[in-house]
Amino acid sequence: MTAAPPDLIAPVTRRYSEVHSPSSPVARFDASAPLRLACQQDLAPFSIAYETYGELNAAKSNAILICHALTADQYVASPHPITGKPGWWDNMVGPGKPIDTDRFYVICSNVLGGCMGSTGPASIDPKTNAPYGLNFPLITLGDMVEAQARLIDYLGIDQLFAVIGGSMGGMQVLEWASRFKDRVFAAVPIATAAWHSSQNIAFHEVGRQAVMADPEWKGGNYHAAGTVPRNGLAVARMAAHITYLSEEALHRKFGRNLQDRSEKTFSFSADFQVESYLRHQGSTFVDRFDANSYLYITRALDYFDLRENAGGVLANAFRGTKTRFCVVSFTSDWLYPTRESREIVQALNAVAANVSFVEIESDKGHDAFLLEEPTFFATISGFLNAAAVKRGLAAPKEVS
Amino acid sequence: MNAPDVGKIVRAPKTPRLDHVLITEMVEAGSRVLDVGCGDGELLQLLTERKGVDGRGVELQRDKVNACVARGLSVIQGDADRDLDNYPDQAFDYAILSLTIQATRQPKTVLENLLRIGRRAIVSFPNFGHWHVRTKLLFTGRMPVNDNLPDAWYLTPNAHLCTIRDFADLCALVNADVEQAVAFNAYGARLPIRWSLSMQNLFGEKAVFLLHGPKPEATTSLT
Repeated sequence: MTAAPPDLIAPVTRRYSEVHSPSSPVARFDASAPLRLACQQDLAPFSIAYETYGELNAAKSNAILICHALTADQYVASPHPITGKPGWWDNMVGPGKPIDTDRFYVICSNVLGGCMGSTGPASIDPKTNAPYGLNFPLITLGDMVEAQARLIDYLGIDQLFAVIGGSMGGMQVLEWASRFKDRVFAAVPIATAAWHSSQNIAFHEVGRQAVMADPEWKGGNYHAAGTVPRNGLAVARMAAHITYLSEEALHRKFGRNLQDRSEKTFSFSADFQVESYLRHQGSTFVDRFDANSYLYITRALDYFDLRENAGGVLANAFRGTKTRFCVVSFTSDWLYPTRESREIVQALNAVAANVSFVEIESDKGHDAFLLEEPTFFATISGFLNAAAVKRGLAAPKEVS
Repeated sequence: MNAPDVGKIVRAPKTPRLDHVLITEMVEAGSRVLDVGCGDGELLQLLTERKGVDGRGVELQRDKVNACVARGLSVIQGDADRDLDNYPDQAFDYAILSLTIQATRQPKTVLENLLRIGRRAIVSFPNFGHWHVRTKLLFTGRMPVNDNLPDAWYLTPNAHLCTIRDFADLCALVNADVEQAVAFNAYGARLPIRWSLSMQNLFGEKAVFLLHGPKPEATTSLT
């Protein structure tokens, strides 16, 4: 085994330190209260790393839980401790922003199976005193939500004012609304679906196979071997990243433009800007994300089907709900197309739930939910304002 | 970041549409209402402010749906022809279709769905039997274009225009009981209730019908 060069070691070391002692607060749940997982194993002890913004009011009625997507983390509106980049939803969450931290107490936790301080495959297995690796049990989105519910208990909050999330975050929102009907006043599932489609499972499988085909993956024991499956994980990220965009957005951004050269080189170097962009996305991702976490979380997504525990009928998952829903989709999102949001809306209508549904016109693909789209922002703030009035929370300052 | 309308609560206009006023008068305070084809939410807003209803809307046009949700109304982007099937029976006290039925593909199915979803249905529509329409067609031989029917035949979204008489016939066909029918003229004045249907049909520019479907309880009690 050859030692990796220092410029590759440094980010990895930083990343491992975030796994074991994250920069954010951590709720630790000891062996006395194990988490019963969907695979019927008990997980204990376990930790959930989280960030909060704003202040919880005396009635504890203004808490918003934000659920993150596949590769995001708890740093929704604060700089990322490894990359130093602004929070992943910095434009949406903050003082005076649609999710207004002057009015709401915002919580965002790293999912179970993640690698930013919540227990996952990179965490230490107490049985072996070594990273879990593939000994970590397979988890589901339901398990992630059950773990989050423990965090909400730990924070002393009975009912969340809102649970909001896009993509995989939106699936957690649906799990929350389905499992904890009395604990969710308002739910905002964005650019998401009630089950993972065959096409999405297919893309994930490509990503996982890329990771596992990397000899540095070492059957999942790369921590012990001192290696990092950089190439495999980077390819997985590159393939996935394409699904987050749209053909139109790619064409507008890159066209067939060449990267720092005037002629094709007749080689396999990154002649095209789009190649260079994807390579960059792949390599920066490896610096901040754990390969096994990627395998486990994509698997959890593939297993997601809200109909399973509802007798095969999605509407049953929401029967009896009093939650106010706002479902949002984007026209050019082909990963979780509008049709799939409409299925959620139809199920909610079937149980006469209070639901709003907005399809936002955007050519930016799935990632549109992370970008500044004025009509999207107006939808979110309008919905939250109306829900806040219903919940008896103070109206925004502008209103007389 | 600048999100339009952040924190603004948009109020219903000071002089609401007359059919909206009539509909609002028909609706009991605090009831559950579904407004199909709710546009930018004017009626829902009026019903919320004046009658404290728990209101929902369905609207086809995306920008109008966005405007509704941004002003805090519960509205979904959907289609009266396609999306009403999903609602359970009697989920609402009132299912409303204001100036929309003439633009649906299947008015009969839509009306049947309204009567199924709501304990009562309220339908307003432009009356194609109005004297102005009749004279226009008679003397010019062309499709009428006026304030009430503003678009040329090749631009109008209206696919199934009808007269008050036609609509009354459709109500009978789907076994709907007409609890109340109000017509008003081009100046917004309500026509006298004692007028015959023929007179209403001639002088009413728009009409509002309050209906309920066949009562399932009644059939049960007979057996």
